[in-house]
Amino acid sequence: MKADPTGVLTGVHYLDGDYACGEGAMAAGCRFVAGYPITPSTEVVERISQRFPMMGGTFIQMEDELASMAAVAGAAWTGSKTMTVTSGPGFSLMMENIGLATMMEAPCVVVNVQRGGPSTGLPTMVGQADMMQARWGSHGDYELIALCPQSPQEAFDLTIEAFNLSETWRVPVMFMMDECVGHMTEKVVIPAADEIDVVPRKLTDKKPGDYKPYEVNGKPVPEMVRAGDGYRFHTTGLTHDERGYPVMSVECQSVSVKRLMDKIRLNADQIVRYEEEEIEGADVVVVAYGITARVTRAGIDMARAKGIKVGFMRLIVVWPFPETRIRELAGQVKAFVMPEINYGQMVLELERCAGGKATTTLVPHGGGGVHDPADICKAIEEAAK
Amino acid sequence: MSTESDAILAQEHPIAPFLRMDRMPHIWCPTCGIGTVVKCFATALDEAKVDLDKVAITSGIGCTGRVAGYMNLDAFHATHGRAIPFATGLKLGRPELEVVVFSGDGDLTGIGGNHFIHAARRNMDMLVILVNNFIYGMTGGQNAPTTPETARSSTMPFGNFERPFNLPHLAASCGASFVARWTCLHIRRLTKTIRTALNRKGFRFIEVIAPCPTLYSRLNRLGSGLDLVKFYHDNSEIKHGADTRELDIAFQDRFICGNFIDEERPTFLDMMHAHYTEILGDRYVPMSPEGGWLHE
Repeated sequence: MKADPTGVLTGVHYLDGDYACGEGAMAAGCRFVAGYPITPSTEVVERISQRFPMMGGTFIQMEDELASMAAVAGAAWTGSKTMTVTSGPGFSLMMENIGLATMMEAPCVVVNVQRGGPSTGLPTMVGQADMMQARWGSHGDYELIALCPQSPQEAFDLTIEAFNLSETWRVPVMFMMDECVGHMTEKVVIPAADEIDVVPRKLTDKKPGDYKPYEVNGKPVPEMVRAGDGYRFHTTGLTHDERGYPVMSVECQSVSVKRLMDKIRLNADQIVRYEEEEIEGADVVVVAYGITARVTRAGIDMARAKGIKVGFMRLIVVWPFPETRIRELAGQVKAFVMPEINYGQMVLELERCAGGKATTTLVPHGGGGVHDPADICKAIEEAAK
Repeated sequence: MSTESDAILAQEHPIAPFLRMDRMPHIWCPTCGIGTVVKCFATALDEAKVDLDKVAITSGIGCTGRVAGYMNLDAFHATHGRAIPFATGLKLGRPELEVVVFSGDGDLTGIGGNHFIHAARRNMDMLVILVNNFIYGMTGGQNAPTTPETARSSTMPFGNFERPFNLPHLAASCGASFVARWTCLHIRRLTKTIRTALNRKGFRFIEVIAPCPTLYSRLNRLGSGLDLVKFYHDNSEIKHGADTRELDIAFQDRFICGNFIDEERPTFLDMMHAHYTEILGDRYVPMSPEGGWLHE
């Protein structure tokens, strides 16, 4: 369906990535946000708390990030599109209830405007070192979806996409911004509401009594209901059967957890999203995401000026990782180069998928700033040898 | 078997419609007090004529944390300590819901203590029924923030030396608009209090003292659950409106029960609506009671 115009601030704006993310959430139909202040993410909820009272939305500043994520998981069961916003230290606290949302299959969006870590790290300065935490941070086996915008415009566009993916696959979607994208101000075009596609909450057609909360009938995702509609359903963070009742058995664990994995793994080709430039005939492909993708372009230009055939792959959906495409490219190119603002996270996945068919080189950065394009160029030159 | 007992057995239990009978038998130990509190809650729901389709119940983790899973309501079994913020999301996401949190002392005031005090401070619209058995039961009898001084627990084998919470005072001092304490012996009084609380708004807190025969009682040689209920009978004093500062519980000493606070004060949502209406006037669009959901 098309977006509800009450949340869409149609026009050409000059916004930072945090504000643009907030506008994206409101355009997507999000009407419940719980959060706790943390630099460099707070502007997202400041924007939302400024505008929500005029569109029937409720923002609550909770006592901590544990509570924020729990409230978001709870509100998801009212049919509302829900979101919380944080940065590294808060993201760590949210892991508990991100696991709950995954297990209950509660659709929601979790924004992490990444700063340097570990621990309190660099509160006001950029990092990209929560990428593995986004995928693996909560305990147990699960799959989810994560996206990385490279600009304020994408912070708007992809926040809507994050909500759509969370509704389609009933998973918490990690919106992995970084401090640079969050705090950079650029032109953001917000289209008319009837030009924005949003996925509404799909509720079951079944009547109370016929409905089982986790019955899938061969589909990847079960049908959902809302609290207060008379279904008297039960859901739990415990391993559960189709009725949502706890079952402590090897068999139930195998069936239910495998389905949580498979709904993403078996449909990864529908979910992955990336952009490619000049891949054809390239010797080296640079893979990057978020702010680093923009810095990478400068490094690639320098390498091309030196006559090296360089392709570029920008990850937009980072989890699930574009495994199929990397395996294909690994058979065609000599090398992959991956700059990221950490000491080697997504590059591990790149290396795994390359499977030894192409070399992989990390261009690390400890955080607090972005790469020098010359370092990226140098890595490309080395890889091309 | 006599025909009379056959006839009784053939009858449906009066609270069966409120329970998920397909999940019986429950996990609670013989002479545990939680089941009695559930009975009182179900009876109160019945008597208060609440629209059950609009009641959402949330529990955390632990023995009392299993209550939500047995109630035939929209029922949520959340993470340890997070029942209150989860329920906050339910209430704010669909304000017409009657939200109930039913969980234990360790869950709500140990790991969940921060959420408890802030929900009380906000006068968030929810009924919180806390079963206090003075110990972490499900994990094996560890010390709780409610364990009385000198009482033994599996992690205080030489007796507890920490000062426990006075829960009604904690709730009251943080802003709860309804505060009561009963034991699972006080079936009629507890039921009536829950019924009253269901007809109030804001953060309503009911502490219910109940025996843990398997751990608290055994570690402290207090006999069976029945022995503890007899102890409650002999040692609980009813004092409605008591100063909540006087409600500390010492180990196996006399203690006070009753309805302590029942004040009508604006809830979080009342305050929010009033404030935005005053400041924003016609520009304010409140969330619909049915919630802010996007649908075709």
